[in-house]
Amino acid sequence: MADMIKKATRESYGEALVELAEQYPDFVVLDADLAAATKTGLFKKAYPERFFDCGIAEANMMGIAAGIATTGRRVFASSFAMFAAGRAFEIVRNSIGYPHLHVIIGATHAGISVGEDGATHQCCEDIALMRVIPGMTVINPADDVEAKAAVKAALELDGPVYLRFGRLACPVFNDKSTYRFETGKGITLADGGDLTIIATGLMVYEALKAAEMLKKDGICARVINIHTIKPLDTQLILKAAYETGLIVTAEEHSIIGGLGSAVSEAVCEDYPVPVVKIGVNDVFGHSGPAADLLKEFGLSADNIYTRAKAAFAKKK
Amino acid sequence: MTDAKKKELQRIACKVRLGIIEGVYHAKSGHPGGSLSIADLLTYLYFAKMRIEPQNPKWEDRDRLVLSKGHCAPGLYSVLAQRGYFPEKELQSLRHIGAMLQGHPDMKHIPGVDMSSGSLGQGISAACGMALSGKLSHKDYRVYAILGDGEIEEGQVWEAAMFAGNKGLDNLVAIVDSNGLQIDGTVAEVNSPEPIPDKFAAFGFAVLTLDGHSFDEIERAFDEAEKISGKPVAIVMKTVKGKGVSFMENQVSWHGAAPNKEQYEQAVAELNAALAEIEGGR
Repeated sequence: MADMIKKATRESYGEALVELAEQYPDFVVLDADLAAATKTGLFKKAYPERFFDCGIAEANMMGIAAGIATTGRRVFASSFAMFAAGRAFEIVRNSIGYPHLHVIIGATHAGISVGEDGATHQCCEDIALMRVIPGMTVINPADDVEAKAAVKAALELDGPVYLRFGRLACPVFNDKSTYRFETGKGITLADGGDLTIIATGLMVYEALKAAEMLKKDGICARVINIHTIKPLDTQLILKAAYETGLIVTAEEHSIIGGLGSAVSEAVCEDYPVPVVKIGVNDVFGHSGPAADLLKEFGLSADNIYTRAKAAFAKKK
Repeated sequence: MTDAKKKELQRIACKVRLGIIEGVYHAKSGHPGGSLSIADLLTYLYFAKMRIEPQNPKWEDRDRLVLSKGHCAPGLYSVLAQRGYFPEKELQSLRHIGAMLQGHPDMKHIPGVDMSSGSLGQGISAACGMALSGKLSHKDYRVYAILGDGEIEEGQVWEAAMFAGNKGLDNLVAIVDSNGLQIDGTVAEVNSPEPIPDKFAAFGFAVLTLDGHSFDEIERAFDEAEKISGKPVAIVMKTVKGKGVSFMENQVSWHGAAPNKEQYEQAVAELNAALAEIEGGR
């Protein structure tokens, strides 16, 4: 696992737009003066006539996207997660969500791993904001392979889609030749009966590493990758709750409103088991190198291992 | 405009106004003032200007209308009913539980509504998106967005105006219903966006001003708007809030209030009298 190729999912997003452009000749891409960073710049270079810069005006960009979607044309609207989900929330809710328009929001720079830009740009609230909108599909891919598959899947969906991408280069652990993406279906990456680690985004790879560490202590952890946070794969999660009796969630997002909350909501109705939530603990981030921040905020295999082991001890 | 055409539009506008009063009265809530101020405009657009097929409301080559000032839904619904998109009877269930006609325009369920709106400042952005997409598809449909003079206090309106100007969306017409009143008082005292024509001009629009209750002036402006190329058009029309119902005219209290039975009967009587006068003079 050590020498894996690393790539940021924002890069995958930009590349996927280019790769899919001929197969889907109708779609256009909007950005808000961040094309170089969101990587829609790759598409802009290849298909300038299908790229529109809305300038630093995310609210208007989301409205433009909605209007384009009413004409039956597919459209991506890109910015940083902070502005796409945060600043433009009410436009996404009322102009895109309420009329259930097929706008694909490509939100990059999600989470604490934005790094040096600091708290104002580290969006750890976007999953919460987007999943509360009725009919919104929320996808948080774990690596390059999954991110590209998610972009393609989003083109085939109905209604609004929120795609969450990161700035930091992360290990590409999925095998492109065998990987299958199905919207709303979690992927069991490791089997185990002692507890289940449910992770999303860049925390999936950390969860896999944590499971290996737990194995050395004789604890068999199941690892589930939830790339689609909404609609949630409730069936797979309830099965894990029933069969392992303990869930640890891991996400690069606030512990309020994200994957941990979604999983808790699912199990508490039908089969309540303890849910240990690993994420950003209701605090703002700060500046620093991404890798150091992830460690500091407990978004690491080490922390998953420690928390899971402690919870497993209590379970016994 | 010929006298016959003008009379016909005046007659329909009267019926649109009756529909507004009917809807708001039965809903016991809603926004009559700003609906009445755009009744003439809506009548002109739906009966004399827009390329539409009421029997085929999703026709892809149709002209589009976005009611950015979505609270004036009673006006839009009334004109759509008059134009045959749905039965006039629907107006009586406006805002009721289970009714098709929601408090604000709902494109998912109401034939003829091209965009859901209601949260102010958003409709013009959607209109820009429709206009842009039309150009990309080499379609010649036109997009009309109706804004309130209070609504344009929303910053998103100016983001959209900047975009429309920058991209040269000459298939877009933004219409400002300048009735001078908003919920908290006169637009002038709340947070005046004046001078409105200058502002749109500064954002790259061709600007036309007119009396929003004169069909002659309305027709002249919209015909001229069609000839302008390379830039979007803003039509700033001076109107009377509550136009056509004496006790509602220029009264801020009628922005968002429904008439009681007595007021309803008086409004209907006034509008019926106006209608009879127009029809008698035919």
